[in-house]
Amino acid sequence: MSLVDEFQYGLDAPICLTWELTYACNLSCVHCLSSSGRRDPRELSTVECKALIDEFERMQVFYVNIGGGEPTVRPDFWELVDYATEHHVGVKFSTNGVKITPEVARRLAGSDYVDVQISLDGATAEVNDHVRGPGSYDTAIRAMRHLADAGFENFKISVVMTRHNVGQLGEFKAIADRYGAQLRITRLRPSGRGADTWDELHPTAAQQRALYDWLVAHGENVLTGDSFFHLAGYGEGDLPGLNLCGAGRVVCLVDPVGDVYACPFAIHDTFLAGNVRGGGGFTSVWRESELFTSLRSPQSGGACESCSAFDACRGGCMAAKFFTGLPLDGPDPECVRGHGELALAGVTSVPKPSLDHSHRRRPVPVTIGMRRPPDRACDENPLAGFRR
Amino acid sequence: MSTEDSPAGFDLDGAWRLDDRVSIRPERFGALLYHFGTRRLSFLKSPTLLTVVRGLAEQPDARTACAEAGVGAGELPRYRAALAALAASRMIEPRSR
Repeated sequence: MSLVDEFQYGLDAPICLTWELTYACNLSCVHCLSSSGRRDPRELSTVECKALIDEFERMQVFYVNIGGGEPTVRPDFWELVDYATEHHVGVKFSTNGVKITPEVARRLAGSDYVDVQISLDGATAEVNDHVRGPGSYDTAIRAMRHLADAGFENFKISVVMTRHNVGQLGEFKAIADRYGAQLRITRLRPSGRGADTWDELHPTAAQQRALYDWLVAHGENVLTGDSFFHLAGYGEGDLPGLNLCGAGRVVCLVDPVGDVYACPFAIHDTFLAGNVRGGGGFTSVWRESELFTSLRSPQSGGACESCSAFDACRGGCMAAKFFTGLPLDGPDPECVRGHGELALAGVTSVPKPSLDHSHRRRPVPVTIGMRRPPDRACDENPLAGFRR
Repeated sequence: MSTEDSPAGFDLDGAWRLDDRVSIRPERFGALLYHFGTRRLSFLKSPTLLTVVRGLAEQPDARTACAEAGVGAGELPRYRAALAALAASRMIEPRSR
């Protein structure tokens, strides 16, 4: 059996997993996969997090990709990172850089077992801040400078590919080189708040083609988390990586309240396998949940099975299909043969999100001065000014 | 064997060991290897290769580790190629005798 086949049928433990420590975030990125913003009061406690790390150690999970929300805003964040590495569970964490001070950078540079990913979605402040919010570019660049000054080699710069930044690949590479970092690019998913912005942000067909060509030419030195396997359908060059959907088979997501989902892009009841607070802990969710068991059985490719690209792309990304209202056994919305576009034309409804921790109001810079005077004295009604 | 292409040349008569920063997880197909320093994952696509890799540190040379694991002369080139790939990705390293 090939490795890909072995992985399709699932492993006794994930190779790695994504662990979102908190839904709290100082930013409100318009494509946030987890619709983060506000902390969930049911968040796992420090003690529960440590027990989960113990379980990962017993299962020999090599490393966890810690994210959020912004994980570093948890007061016990560094305590948990230290606990994981002391227990032979490596840590890669994603951050917008807000807490990466010179002191923190020096500390991070001293450990083999901790890796850092700084999120940056534009090679210029203009492109980045449009998606991630005002000031976020400067915050990320400052964090990179601190890491480079501390001698942290090969930290990651993590970029979600959008219509506005796909033309900046060369500039991203230059930023990575400047700070001694490695570039990591991933696919935009229509998940979380990304569902609302996907139409505006996802790369055009021509951009996808250019991205594929760039990956084939430069991919060996660029990380992708295997996230562009739907592009394998072009089939003209070898895309680095296994190009396999590992959801529920070799990877999964644990969210801040301990819910276990098939993958980080699939925060929805449909892909919820169980909760680590249940009797059997994470281990029994991973090994016995109905959802994961069914994902590890042969999947139907539906209409895609008759396509000559099917062996390469395997029908694309489950989450991308689900959140754009497409059937799971049909084409990916960004199918390189254009079948997704056709299918999308027939979509009449898309699933509603199960969760939303977005800030109730988008954070706005404090403005000093006069508020717009009310139209009339009784104009404080929220519906005032509303016109039919 | 291993997923990476094997560069030519591996000293079967040299003494080798697993890098300290590598964690091995046995699997039904062989094993997964993860290097915490390079942060790279590798696969051992046979249980015999796992036995070879685990035996490296105790045997005087890689050739003996292969023989002890039951690798026949005909299979040796394949195992040599797999070990070469592991050395190239720094999963295993030479040790002083």
